[in-house]
Amino acid sequence: MSDFLLEIGLEEVPARMIAGAEAELGRRVTELLTRERLLAEGIRVTTYSTPRRLAVLAKGVLARQADTEEKMTGPSWKVAFKEDAPTAAAEAFAKKAGVAVEALEKVTTLKGEYVGAMVKRAGRAAQEILVAELPKEVLALYWAKNMYWRAGKPERFVRPVRWVVALLDSSVVPLEIAGIAAGNASRGHRVLHGEAPVVIAAASEYKEALRGAHVVVDVAERRHAIRKALDAATRTVPGARWREDEPLVETVVHLTEWPTVILGNFEAEYLELPEEVLVTVMRDHQKYFAMEGADGKLAPYFLAVLNAQADAESAAIIRHGNQRVLRARFKDARFFWDFDQKTPLVERVESLKQVTFQKELGSYHWKTAQNLAVASALAIVLQSADYSFDAAALYKAVELAKTDLTTELVKEFTELQGIIGGLYARAQGLGERVALAIYEQYTPASMEDEIPVSVEGQILGLADRIQTIVAMFGIGNAPTGSKDPFALRRAANAIVKILAESELPLTLSDMLKAPGAEDANQQVAAFLRERLHFYLKDVRGFAYDVVNAVLAAGADDVRDAMARAEALTAVRGSDDFVAISVAFKRIKNILRQAEEKGFAVGSAEGVMLAAEAQQLASAAAALAPRVAELRGQRAYGEALALIATLRPAVDVFFDKVMVLDPDAAARGANLALIADVLSGFSGIADFSEMVTS
Amino acid sequence: MSAAQTVPSLKVSALTFQDLLFRLQAFWAARGCILQQPYDVEVGAGTMAPETFLRVLGPKPYKVGYAQPSRRPADGRYGENPNRLFKHTQFQLILKPPPVNVQELYLESLEAMGIDLKKHDLKFEEDNWEWPAGGAWGVGWQVMLDGLEITQFTYFQQCGGLDLDPICAELTYGMERIAAFLQDVDSIYDIVWARDPDTGAAVTYGDVRWGEELQFSVYNFEFAEIDKLWTHFNLYEQEAQTLLAQANALLSDEKASTKEKKRFPLLATYELALKCSHLFNLLDARGAISVTERVGVIGRIRALAVGVAKVYAQQQLLAASS
Repeated sequence: MSDFLLEIGLEEVPARMIAGAEAELGRRVTELLTRERLLAEGIRVTTYSTPRRLAVLAKGVLARQADTEEKMTGPSWKVAFKEDAPTAAAEAFAKKAGVAVEALEKVTTLKGEYVGAMVKRAGRAAQEILVAELPKEVLALYWAKNMYWRAGKPERFVRPVRWVVALLDSSVVPLEIAGIAAGNASRGHRVLHGEAPVVIAAASEYKEALRGAHVVVDVAERRHAIRKALDAATRTVPGARWREDEPLVETVVHLTEWPTVILGNFEAEYLELPEEVLVTVMRDHQKYFAMEGADGKLAPYFLAVLNAQADAESAAIIRHGNQRVLRARFKDARFFWDFDQKTPLVERVESLKQVTFQKELGSYHWKTAQNLAVASALAIVLQSADYSFDAAALYKAVELAKTDLTTELVKEFTELQGIIGGLYARAQGLGERVALAIYEQYTPASMEDEIPVSVEGQILGLADRIQTIVAMFGIGNAPTGSKDPFALRRAANAIVKILAESELPLTLSDMLKAPGAEDANQQVAAFLRERLHFYLKDVRGFAYDVVNAVLAAGADDVRDAMARAEALTAVRGSDDFVAISVAFKRIKNILRQAEEKGFAVGSAEGVMLAAEAQQLASAAAALAPRVAELRGQRAYGEALALIATLRPAVDVFFDKVMVLDPDAAARGANLALIADVLSGFSGIADFSEMVTS
Repeated sequence: MSAAQTVPSLKVSALTFQDLLFRLQAFWAARGCILQQPYDVEVGAGTMAPETFLRVLGPKPYKVGYAQPSRRPADGRYGENPNRLFKHTQFQLILKPPPVNVQELYLESLEAMGIDLKKHDLKFEEDNWEWPAGGAWGVGWQVMLDGLEITQFTYFQQCGGLDLDPICAELTYGMERIAAFLQDVDSIYDIVWARDPDTGAAVTYGDVRWGEELQFSVYNFEFAEIDKLWTHFNLYEQEAQTLLAQANALLSDEKASTKEKKRFPLLATYELALKCSHLFNLLDARGAISVTERVGVIGRIRALAVGVAKVYAQQQLLAASS
């Protein structure tokens, strides 16, 4: 058995794409070797990557496929052999099977005697298969953004392929990828190693050979080294901690081949700037880790992850350079902050006319007016429910919510829109409620994010998003398939999340009290319902049949749907409940059949029911008001438990009673009874949607 | 702890602004590049100069470098901001097609400017580029040196809406940033532009350019007459449109001679499009372009630039085949 190594040498691959490509390459190579019967049992391939390479190492690759033997059946024995002498038919079959005529055997089957032959197929060499198949697999890798570089554009890939290493143990597998012939020469760290080739003597020596050239190819090892180096550098500042930031760790892991860390500092005076601004500059613009003191507040230090091995002299140079860049950026930010204060937010409303929201709809000035209308529609619902909030603060926040788009600081740090507005509102003394609502208006940005803390922020967030959705649907910009250029799904997800996790007495249909075209509203209602389905199933993790059952019984009140889904999930496994679900399914089927056959649903009044039907009718009649009462109290668990007690009556009924009685009156009465049971107990969930095995 | 840090002095050995340019130009000239003078019509970026925008079209190999003053009126700060300029210098390099060792060559060019890479931290971070008004885009990196973006490195994929074959590599060095970094000054205006070889007296970037930054900020933000800018824009646009229509008719006229087609002044037509682009930037700086107008005006410039590129590519094919 051999070790197989493939390394694709590239110009720097975008950090965000590396992990996915590394995993996909590993999968493709594993599948290829498995499909071709080249992988020994239980062998897994190992993958590596750096910004300049993707690599796969498979230990336990067979040198060639095993030979195979297969029995082939040919013409009937009588045709192939006349008086024991082979005929033309025998010769032809022997040729086809690749055996001598003498090697043909007699095979006896139920249908008679036939000619048979054992056909041997020699396995192909691993090398031959890899040369033929592997380049296709590599070039099929998915990249979020591709390029072409060779004349005539023969292939597209993330960046130009510059070298390829392909080895079975120590021998080069002579494959070719994007015009580059594989060899055994890799490359080391651009600066620390230079351009001299790094010869990989044997596949299994890959990792150590590259380490010698200042490249750590193992991603987990680099991640560990970075975390340790961040810790070590942090320890030189007493009481300090670096701000944990997993996405940033991943980014720098994929930006470095030989990671080291330096600690830098900045003038404490910049700590007067809002922490949000400082952290954004450090994290998003410079890819630095922020540090905090024992009190949890930002400390005037940063950590930069280098792709270098710095000695004392070069560490000082690099630290100095990074500090210089950071200082200039902070200086800019402070300049913008001070400059922006000259025109307070309240004086910026008019200039929103210059900022396009959507070219077919209007400016942010237009949007602000629309948002105000929506917010007041929501406010009326809340006021009529006696829900307490600060209406004046809400309207002020809605009016000023978008004004930070005209500030220099937001033009510089677009990712801080809303947050900057909130900070300015606070600095300009507009009141904490106004400031907080503006600050929180874009949360939750994702399903992992928290909803706004303030009620006014929640209402502003709802109004802003539903206005956008309704307006966009109105001009035909509803999302389709994978296309959602205006991120309307994300906006609707946030609406559902706010309704689910806040205490606002608002429903999805309340969202549509916004001014907007009627036909768009119907579409939007369906869209919101679909997002609620997504939320319950994919965010909350409810089973799909539970979600279907619950939403079939009502999909307007988000928190109520959630409570029903929880209750239903709790009882779904019990025998009684499964039986009830089966029975309800049966009821639905019978009612459908009855409808198809034109049988009328009659009335139980004045009809002599079968004893079992009467039992069911009285059990249901006794249960219905108690279930209704519990539903009214939203005690769904108890209500469902009560419904499950209906089981014996239901079982006996279906066991003994022929619902579709030939007698029309009896049949009508039976149908009326089961229709009553169905409608009377389906308010929590449509049990017929439940999957029962 | 900052007091304990030793900051090595870079200033003494650092090259002047003009020496940096000399070194860079000499480096690329020695590798077979034509050195061009900057284009003498206002452009927002080196890419817009015809030495890039038009030369990248068609099959003919080309290697050129030039230090292009790039005007962005809205970025002017009256000479008050130490990091922002209305006009900055891009050293623009086009390698068509890119050699396989283009990144290594680029690193050598940094060494040629006196940057000892072993003493710095260098990263190529994803940064894709596009110029929608020119129908141009590419993928590439921002090159980061000790946390500072010093170069935009782009593999052009399309220009004028046309797929490029061969593609080219475009390296854009931000000269002021690089100089300020190497000379370790906090303000662009403190960069030493030149040093008298006899006396050692320094002439700074501020000495040379500060007045220009101030006066052009004043003009761009305060004095430029909006009506006249529009008039100029419309006139240039009309002339470009007329020429473009003639060019399209001529190039598709089977009876017209190759000679006639080859002499049609598309280069002049492109220059008119550049004028429009600069006037748009001025109008933008004056805050004279409303929301609704903006997209439309960019579309008008795009129609000219992309229009010229398409006919120019046809004209070049003619030239190549005759």
